[in-house]
Parts: sequence; structure tokens; C-alpha cells
Amino acid sequence: MKRLLFEHINVPGIQSLETYKAHGGYRALTKALSMKPEDIVEEVKKSGLRGRGGAGFPTGMKWSFIAKPPGVPRHLVCNADESEPGTFKDRYLMERIPHLLIEGMICSSFALGAHVSYIYIRGEMMYVYHILEAAIQEAYDAGYLGKNILNSGYDLDLYVHCGGGAYICGEETALIESLEGKRGNPRIKPPFPAVSGVWGRPTVVNNVETIAAVVPIVNDGGDAYAKVGIGKSTGTKLISACGHINKPGVYEIELGLPVEEFIYSDTYCGGIKNGKKLKAVVAGGSSVPVLPAHLILKTAAGEPRLMSYESLAEGGFQSGTMLGSGGFIVMDEDTSIVKNLWNFTRFYHHESCGQCSPCREGTGWMEKILHDFLDGHADLEDIDLLFDIQQKIDGKTICPLGDAAAWPVASAIRHFRSEFEEYVKNPSGIKDVKHYYRIHNMQPA
Amino acid sequence: MPKVTIDNQTIEVPEGTTILNAARMMGGPSVPPAMCYYSSLKTSGGYCRTCIVKVTKGSEKDPRPMPKPVASCRTSVMDGMVVENITSPDLLEARAGVVEFLLINHPLDCPICDQAGECHLQDLGYENGKALTRYKFRRRTFEKIDIGPYIKLHMTRCILCYRCVKVAEQLCPGRVHGVINRGDVAEISTYITEAIDNEFSGNMIDVCPVGALTDRTFRFKSRVWFTKPMDAHRKCKTCAGKARIWLKGSEVLRVTVRKDEWGEVQRDSEGGPLWICNECRFHTKKASDWIIEGPSEISRHSVISANHYDLATLKLDVAKQRKKLEGKKVLLGEGPLNPNNV
Ligand SMILES: Cc1cc2nc3c(=O)[nH]c(=O)nc-3n(C[C@H](O)[C@H](O)[C@H](O)COP(=O)(O)O)c2cc1C
Ligand code: SF4
Ligand code: SF4
Ligand code: FES
Repeated sequence: MKRLLFEHINVPGIQSLETYKAHGGYRALTKALSMKPEDIVEEVKKSGLRGRGGAGFPTGMKWSFIAKPPGVPRHLVCNADESEPGTFKDRYLMERIPHLLIEGMICSSFALGAHVSYIYIRGEMMYVYHILEAAIQEAYDAGYLGKNILNSGYDLDLYVHCGGGAYICGEETALIESLEGKRGNPRIKPPFPAVSGVWGRPTVVNNVETIAAVVPIVNDGGDAYAKVGIGKSTGTKLISACGHINKPGVYEIELGLPVEEFIYSDTYCGGIKNGKKLKAVVAGGSSVPVLPAHLILKTAAGEPRLMSYESLAEGGFQSGTMLGSGGFIVMDEDTSIVKNLWNFTRFYHHESCGQCSPCREGTGWMEKILHDFLDGHADLEDIDLLFDIQQKIDGKTICPLGDAAAWPVASAIRHFRSEFEEYVKNPSGIKDVKHYYRIHNMQPA
Repeated sequence: MPKVTIDNQTIEVPEGTTILNAARMMGGPSVPPAMCYYSSLKTSGGYCRTCIVKVTKGSEKDPRPMPKPVASCRTSVMDGMVVENITSPDLLEARAGVVEFLLINHPLDCPICDQAGECHLQDLGYENGKALTRYKFRRRTFEKIDIGPYIKLHMTRCILCYRCVKVAEQLCPGRVHGVINRGDVAEISTYITEAIDNEFSGNMIDVCPVGALTDRTFRFKSRVWFTKPMDAHRKCKTCAGKARIWLKGSEVLRVTVRKDEWGEVQRDSEGGPLWICNECRFHTKKASDWIIEGPSEISRHSVISANHYDLATLKLDVAKQRKKLEGKKVLLGEGPLNPNNV
């Protein structure tokens, strides 16, 4: 099993610069500074690295799109706002091995010609903020940050900026607004950040894991990185596994690992808890379509499903899903899909920024209807109504949060319609009828 | 100059023109409705999504269709672009969805709303929405507040189009007006009630497409269709003094900006928007203060114009919905339609 990011994650004291360095840290920095920036971009292109924040856009290509008007500074922003339900890989990385991110930031900033870079971190992760601040101070003291880094003539200042704890500020343009001190509303694109980002300057926004992956790419070359993984899904991916499994946690896997092996092997999730059966998996964070057991283990064509961008997406939304951000949520046979969906929908309702009508109004509406299901107040037409509402949100909003709210609803109805019907036909048979009242401390009517 | 085809009609427009403006140049039924875009306010548009259109061909160079409907107010035309608006049934269905979203939490209190008769949401609902609602929950409400001496904010009616925020940003230096909170509880706020104090703040009332911002000096004085609009001017030190006065008999009930056929402020010969100041709007209410030029032409379609709506289809819908509701318990008053009322 190949580990590129987490090889030394369990070394005691790896948080400190000294130990990190003793285990091969900051080799990439020295090497990068001796290269030409455009050659680093070239290596990243060759590596086939794709954005780990969710969309999977090729990083090298994103970097080469950055506008370079003369005299205008450029910026690199690291997206550490990780708030997608089920996703907790970036936090783990920053907490355990902060210098990996900082080294990646310096190499990437150098490649992009940025002299001021930012890490935008989710507000709730205050303790990680302090870890990063301490690590950045160490890097300044060692001469890896600041003026004339390692006598290369290259200057870089790195700031950590704490968000207020809004999921929407993980959307790159909302993040930029928030970083500028404004309300975190996503911007209307175009212009894209590569042309006009922070302070109207060309900006690249990348996920924590994406930036960390630049370190092994610089160290061993893009070709070596591209050899790991499968097809266009090169390299390794951090998967945060949670739910009804024996061994929840963050795993670095080589892309292309069979899903079945990931769930049942003792190296990874270790099988379903209490010997129960697998019911469904949300493979890439709450936004991606949920798949029932038979479709997550095998594609509709009967091929084994692999942990890769392409394999998970096979079958489109009819029978496939997405790798997304790598938040792998496993549900056993006793889980209620409807209740789980209500919980997700509640989240999107709560997190919508409220700029565009379909997302602002539609998310709340869907949540209310799902309440009705849990309460035993829904009727069969509500299933179609829900489906229709999600369809009217999907693709009609400013940012992808609207889509992210719609897809789970669509997939739950697509694959688990009978369960919704059961809530309508047999409400007293559902264990959680009183759930809504319980959490609101009310008596059922 | 790029050529764009909208609903099978081709027009040549200057570089950088948006699809919406290209359609407006063409005129006719293919002009998408716009609730948040306002041409005299920079960065407006993109929020409400009522102006969405389908781009079936991106451009001559890159003929691929765009994967999702786009906001026509924020998308520039490309040479060779092909756009479908009213020729695409899917698109009309999607737009009806947007209208429904805008209405589910709207109080529908038109009978007591000063904006009724010149409300863009009424027009939008009639022209692009469905006759009946599918929403059966309690609607969101807010307290009414006075934002300054002249303006009343009914947040419950607001559609969060951000136009008033842009007025505050662009016309009222030192603004204290914006959006607080997020999602469906986001609200327009001055943060400190009664804090709006700026010579041009009254223009917020005119840009508001609904009755969320109303003129406190005009509230409940008259239904707008009982007043006569006249274009008039006066000498003013602060603004151009070119306004529209709304008369009942010889009494000036209110003063607004002059609006064009899209419901937006008219421009002078140099293209500058004819915003008016609070002095003209709130303190010049004698007919003798004004030199009347003549009756205003209200060219914009509006609820006021009679027999505009296709009652036949409306009735059909109602019959269908009635059937659906037959034998069902209906919560009176809050939510679904009361079959006795239709
Ligand atoms: C609502 C929403 C939330 C997002 N949250 C995050 C996040 O927490 N972290 C992240 O890296 N990307 C997030 N993204 C994706 C970013 O917009 C962006 O695509 C990503 O940071 C790009 O980095 P990458 O190319 O390295 O993946 C979010 C997107 C949306 C629409
Ligand atoms: S889709 Fe939702 S979160 Fe995104 S801009 Fe629109 S309202 Fe805001
Ligand atoms: S108050 Fe009126 S102008 Fe302001 S955002 Fe609401 S609807 Fe728009
Ligand atoms: S008018 Fe275009 S989105 Fe509102």
C-alpha cells in the first residue's frame, strides 16, 4: 500500500519542524526553489493530480489558467474550511502534520508566483488554527518563510485566516469574499478566481489535501505520482470513513482500491459494526448521491466498484455517485434513509447563504416535507413533490450548494422510494415517529 | 458585433451585451422577466434566477450548449449564440419553479399592500407562475420596522433581490443598510433601526420590486390605480428634479422616479439615471411645487392593464386542484388553498 502523505503521520512529535525535517520534510522546498516555477506547474500537470476539495478539477490545468497581468500580485489560497458532513480529512492532516501543508503552500506559491498566501480555516477548528500558527512561526524562524527564502531571492508571507464557521465559505468565491472581510456570499461567475479573486487579483484556491500532494510531486516528480492510482485518478486520496463500521477514521488509499475491500478489509473500515448488513453508502461527503449496497459494491454493469473518480461516477446519477471530498458514510441495515436525508437537508437549509431563490426557499421546503415524513404526516404525493422541488433547485443556482442539496434527495427517492412509502402507509410502524417532537421538546399533536 | 439568436429571432448587439439586454433590444414576449437585475445599479442581478434561459449553442467558436440554464442578466452574448426562452417548455417549467420558490414564503397580502398594482412579483406570478400553491406550511414572517423617517420595511414581503443594498452601496455614502443572517432567515437591515439618513435613500423604495420597502408618507393613502401619474419637474439643488408625481384630484399623494418600460429608473439624455432626492420625494407635495409636463406614459405591462391574463387556463388549473383536494383535510388560513375560496 502506497502512502504519500501519511507515511510519517504516526511518528511522535511530527508536528514539530525538527521531527518533520528528520523524516524527509522540506526536501521538496529546497528542490522547488532550485526549479523554474513553470517547471513545477509542468510536473503537477504530469502528475494528473485532481482537486481534492470535491470537484476533482485537474490542478495543473487550474494553475496554468491563472492570469498573469504585469505588475498585479497573485495569490494562493488554501481552502481549509472543511465542513461537509462526513468529511474530516483536512483537519486530521493539519492537526497531525501541519508542516506538510506549509511546505506544500510554499512550493505551490512559488510555482504560481504568489508572494502573499492564505490558509482559510473553518472557525470551529480553533485549536488547529493554533497548531498552524505555531508551525508557521517555526517555518519563519527556519527561514522557510519571509524574505529571501533560503537565499533564493523568493519572498513569501503566509497567513492563516479564521472563518466564522459557515459551510458556504468553503465555496471558493464565498471564501474569497469572507477573506476580504465581507459577507460570505458566493460570487457570480465569471469572472473566475483565476482572473479576479482575492482583492480582484488572480487567485488559485486549492484544498488542503491538494496542496499537500504537491510535496510528493515535487520530491519524486509528476511521472512517479501518476504511476500511483488508476487511469485518470492518479495518486492517493484521503478518505474519512464514518458511520456503522468497525474502524472509523482517516485512511490514505491508493485510488483504484475496490470499494468492497475498503469497507470489509481490516486494513481499512474493518466491516460493518455488530455484524450487521450494509444498507447504503454516501461515498464522497453528504452532497453526493447515496447508493444502496448492491450499487456501491458493484456498478450496474456488474463490474466491481473502485475508489476512483471514474468508477464511482459510472452509471451517472442513475446508478452511480461521486468521489467528492472523500467523506465515506456507511449505513447499516437499521438506518433510516428518510431520517438521514432529513438530517442532510436540514444541514443545507441551515447553511444556504440565501442569495438565490431556489436554494434559499427550496431547501427549507424540502426539510419541512421530510419532517412530515418523520412525523407520519406526509402523503404519497409528497414523494413526487420532493422530487420535483429538488429538480427545480438542481442547476438553477449561483453556486453548487443548491445542487448539493438536491442530489441527496433525488438519489434517496430514486433508490429507496419504498422506504418513503412505508413512512406514509405505516407511520406507527416507524420507530422514529416522535423523533421530530423529541428533538424540539414537544408533545405530538 | 456579436449576433445572437433568441427564440429564433436574430439580433446584432454591441460586444459585452447581456442576453437579457439583447432580448430587451428586441422587445416582445421573449424578454425574460427580471426581478433583481437593475441596469442603473452596478453588480445587480444574478440572485433571483427568474431571468434564466437555455443556451443551446454557446457560440460560433464553441457551439456546445451550456449544461445548465444561465441567468440571462449576467451572461454576455457570444457571436453565434443560440438562446431559448419561451420556445423551451422545460425552461418555462423551471422558471415556474423559481416563481413558486419566490412565493412560498410570501405573505400574499396584496389587498393591504401599497405596492399592489405596480408590483413586479404580482406580474411575475401571473405571467410565469402557476395558479395555485403546493406549499402547506406556515409562512415565514418578520416584524415590520421603520428604517428611518421615510421608509417602512416589511421584511416578510422581501424577495432578497439586493437592489436596495446596491442603492445603499452606490448612492448613499456611509451606508448602514445591508443583509444580516443567512438562508431563508436572511433579512435586510439597517442594524440600528431608523439609521438610514441620506439624501438619496428614498430611491430604495423605487427599486424595490415588491412592497417590502414602502413610502411612509404615502402608506395606505390610496391604491395606486386610483392615482394619476404625471411627469413633472422642479428646480432642485440636489438632484435633477425630474420626477413622477401621483395625483388624486389636485393633491400630490406621492412622488417617485420616472420609470421606463422595464420598471427601472429612466435616464437623462446623457444616460445618467434620474434618481431623485428625498427633498423632492418626501417634502414637495404641493402641486404648485411642480411644473407638470403631462400625463406619464405607463408603457410597462402591469396588473392595472385589464384582461391581460388568460382566465381560461387559470380556471382549468383551479378545477384540477380542487379535484385533488377533494375529501382532504385542509388547514384553513395557513397554507394550501382553501377550496371554498377559489
Ligand atoms: C458549498 C460548497 C462548500 C465547499 N466546501 C469546501 C471545503 O470545505 N473545502 C474545500 O476544499 N473545498 C470546498 N468546496 C469546493 C471549492 O469551491 C473549490 O472547488 C475547491 O476548494 C477547489 O480546490 P481543489 O481544486 O483543490 O479541489 C466547496 C464547494 C461548495 C459549493
Ligand atoms: S446556491 Fe444557495 S448557497 Fe449558493 S449562492 Fe445560491 S443561495 Fe447561496
Ligand atoms: S427590500 Fe425590496 S429591494 Fe430590498 S432586497 Fe428586499 S425586495 Fe429587494
Ligand atoms: S434578474 Fe437575472 S437573476 Fe434576477
